Amino acid sequence: MLTCKDATRLCSEALDRPLTLRERLTLRAHLLICTGCTRYNEQMAALRRIAARFADGGFARPDGETDADGGNGSEGK
Amino acid sequence: MSAAPSPAAATDTTAALSDPAQLAALHRDMLRFARLQLRDQALAEDAVQEAIEAALVGAAAYAGKAALRTWVFSILRNKIVDLLRRGSRLTTLGCVVGEDDEEGAIDALFRANGHWQPDCRPRGWEAPEESLENKQFWAVFEACLDHLPQSVARVFMMREMLGFETAEICAKAGITANNCHVILHRARTGLRQCLERNWFVTGECRAC
Repeated sequence: MLTCKDATRLCSEALDRPLTLRERLTLRAHLLICTGCTRYNEQMAALRRIAARFADGGFARPDGETDADGGNGSEGK
Repeated sequence: MSAAPSPAAATDTTAALSDPAQLAALHRDMLRFARLQLRDQALAEDAVQEAIEAALVGAAAYAGKAALRTWVFSILRNKIVDLLRRGSRLTTLGCVVGEDDEEGAIDALFRANGHWQPDCRPRGWEAPEESLENKQFWAVFEACLDHLPQSVARVFMMREMLGFETAEICAKAGITANNCHVILHRARTGLRQCLERNWFVTGECRAC
């Protein structure tokens, strides 16, 4: 039986290496009965998407930039 | 009719990169990102400058203006990865990150039996994707990154933002694979908790 501490460690390591069959099974069994760790696991996936978005420069919405697009007058109105 | 050989998309990109206001905003954000990764003002400035030059040179091959920012950031990330691979800057990571210390930070979240402290048990995050569109969210995210021990944050960023494999990070930093996993666990757990406390859960009242 995994502790929550061990379970979160496996949730994290799953993002860096393939877990062994045994690790996957014990983690899955733990997540079935533990909402805290289930949320943790989902949030790890969210955190990965957040970091990837940050690395793409998506951390500041180009508010003013896209609006300043009309310089070309391509609307032709 | 004197058609220029370069496609219209290239002209647009070059125009976007030479628009002072747009370039200034892009430059500022790129520099912020590069400084975070490299922790060296001069190196960061060089990397950003080179990335912008490469973007201008490569403009002819670049089609579509919408993702200009994404594209320029991908050039910048490659420059940063090169610098980190070439440099010896990571040797300091191993000494700063003591394994005992890292385990201690994690232990505080759990009771002696290894289960969550009631206050630390993760709460539900509502619509995390919507937060990504919010500028305030990114300010909180950066503050949370800043709140981590510097070496922990750097390992996390190398993994999740620059796409390094864990094995390369360990080798470059001269730390064991186990220590690497401990550091990443620490980083993710710390960021998770910080985002939850300062954004996702306090966010209930934020909307009004």
